[in-house]
Amino acid sequence: MLPANRLPALATLALGLMVAAVALVAYVAPVDANQGLSQKIFYFHVPVALTAYALFGWGAWRGLRHLWKREQGADLESYVAIHLGVIFGAMTLLTGSIWAKISWGRWWAWSSDQLVLFLVLFLFYSAYFMLRFSIEPGPQRANLSAVYAVFGVALIPVSFLAIRISKDIIHPVVFKSTGPDMSGTMFLAFCVSWAAMLALAATLYHVELAGKRLDARLKELREALTS
Amino acid sequence: MTAAEKYVAGAYLVVFVVVLAYVLIIATKLARLEREVAELTELARERRVQEPERKAVALG
Repeated sequence: MLPANRLPALATLALGLMVAAVALVAYVAPVDANQGLSQKIFYFHVPVALTAYALFGWGAWRGLRHLWKREQGADLESYVAIHLGVIFGAMTLLTGSIWAKISWGRWWAWSSDQLVLFLVLFLFYSAYFMLRFSIEPGPQRANLSAVYAVFGVALIPVSFLAIRISKDIIHPVVFKSTGPDMSGTMFLAFCVSWAAMLALAATLYHVELAGKRLDARLKELREALTS
Repeated sequence: MTAAEKYVAGAYLVVFVVVLAYVLIIATKLARLEREVAELTELARERRVQEPERKAVALG
């Protein structure tokens, strides 16, 4: 759990990195020779997607810790991480669609394995909430949610590696086995954007978690006062 | 404004709007929690006032 006084520092870091990322993308990173200005969507689209993977992964890890060690609060942490992962997943799909429209002339390509697999991952974790809220609060809900979260993580490497193992040529591959396929300033802008997204996700995660914990404590307090 | 500029601005706006909507939802929730805290504080205060009265009745 993050100490309360560290949260403003984390939020400030996220804001600073976000401003730096926008400045780098707008003024430092060069315009791509092949795609032109529309390639600038890459600096937010890919970091948002990678952050969504990280959040789903963290949600699965906390779910595993709940099942394995019965860690206090791990179920709530898993839920909050997956909730944010779905929000970042939605942002990935929306920014990706906009990029697809300008690059390929259409909003979506069912023939692209990576797009479809990311949609599958997104829908899988969206269904997590249907499962969670169909069960009464208690140990059974926590256990089933954790199992679901852990199983979903198997889709992450499949989604990430799909483009590399398939014959798909629609979706571009930037990170190859030989390294990133971009110039130094482009890579710097990408790294700062990714750090900004991770810091933003961490801030939102801790804010939501603090709210949920406060909510639970207030419920306990109400029960104690009204009994 | 060129078409590419419009799409790039649109993509960045999506991220901004989603984060803003999330912050608004959290702010609404925070306002609800504040109301609940105020309500529970009032409840605790009432109980504290009633407690000596109950004790006095029991002793009398």
